[in-house]
Amino acid sequence: MAITEQELRLDGNAAAGLLRDVFVHEFTSVRGACATCGAEGEMGAQHLYMTPLSPGAVLRCATCGSMLMVVVRAGGRFRVGLQGLVWLEMQDEGAAS
Amino acid sequence: MVGTALQRRLIWRTAEVVDLVDETPRVRSLVLAVPGWPGHQAGQHVDVRLTADDGYQTQRSYSIASPPSTDERLTLTIERLDDGEVSPYLAGELHAGDQVELRGPIGGYFVWAPAVGGPLLLVAGGSGLCPLMAMLRLRQAAGSTVPARLLYSSRSLDEVIYRDELNKLVAMENGLEVMLTLTRQQPPGWTGLHRRIDTDMLSAVAWPPAERPWTFICGPTPLVETAANALVNLGHEPARIKTERFGPTGG
Repeated sequence: MAITEQELRLDGNAAAGLLRDVFVHEFTSVRGACATCGAEGEMGAQHLYMTPLSPGAVLRCATCGSMLMVVVRAGGRFRVGLQGLVWLEMQDEGAAS
Repeated sequence: MVGTALQRRLIWRTAEVVDLVDETPRVRSLVLAVPGWPGHQAGQHVDVRLTADDGYQTQRSYSIASPPSTDERLTLTIERLDDGEVSPYLAGELHAGDQVELRGPIGGYFVWAPAVGGPLLLVAGGSGLCPLMAMLRLRQAAGSTVPARLLYSSRSLDEVIYRDELNKLVAMENGLEVMLTLTRQQPPGWTGLHRRIDTDMLSAVAWPPAERPWTFICGPTPLVETAANALVNLGHEPARIKTERFGPTGG
């Protein structure tokens, strides 16, 4: 039985654990801008493709479908491709709030 | 919030099963005691890791169904998927006193607290109700009167999770309304909704866009996308619609 792309799609929120391992920061509430279409939003709201045993994840723009970020976990290392993002903005936890 | 901000790296913790509650024939809640648990927000999840005797490990994410608390306990509500790798064990074979490994809380996007305000529109299918139940339980525990509506799609009345508790919450008449739609089987005399969630249903149930509701949708991916797209088409702000798709979890 073929699995459709829709059935495979998750929210960036589902990679919160993986992204926390990479960035050591709560990442799903981090905002960013798509390099392809310029849409801005929280990473948790973008589209994620990842399965439980997959060695990584692909985060795609929820607006235009372009790749934002690829995370590969292999050989005890992470490699992160960020070419689909113009910027990221996150809380400075050292700042007085 | 301070506790979660200071906890940088997620560490695996050993949780002990202290209680099991059968919610429906296929859904069971695990009440877990987690020493050192830093607390959580409504809507966050945990990663649960299982290790076989031969060292094989696998993990899944589960939403926390219990509201934030300081008692180092949390509740996971798990649907048993017949062909699943993890859920038949967690929701079938675990007993009180058994231990599981988990880490969390995880996620800062799909969360709600009374201070966020409302009105609150919650849309769920099946066990997608779990993180939304944490929000409703928090709303109740905090004495919040933020107007809230839950639209819940279930195959049958018997498969409605937390049915008694939802009835009790509604009976308190503090601004919560619950609409059920039973998609496969309806009890005799059922006069309620009985089809899959669609635009007409959301148009009738949702707050007017001008009230700028916060919307949380959780369930199977097709249901989540149908509901989110319908709400955007009805004029709701996309940035106020937060989704959590199940995807092909392989439970």
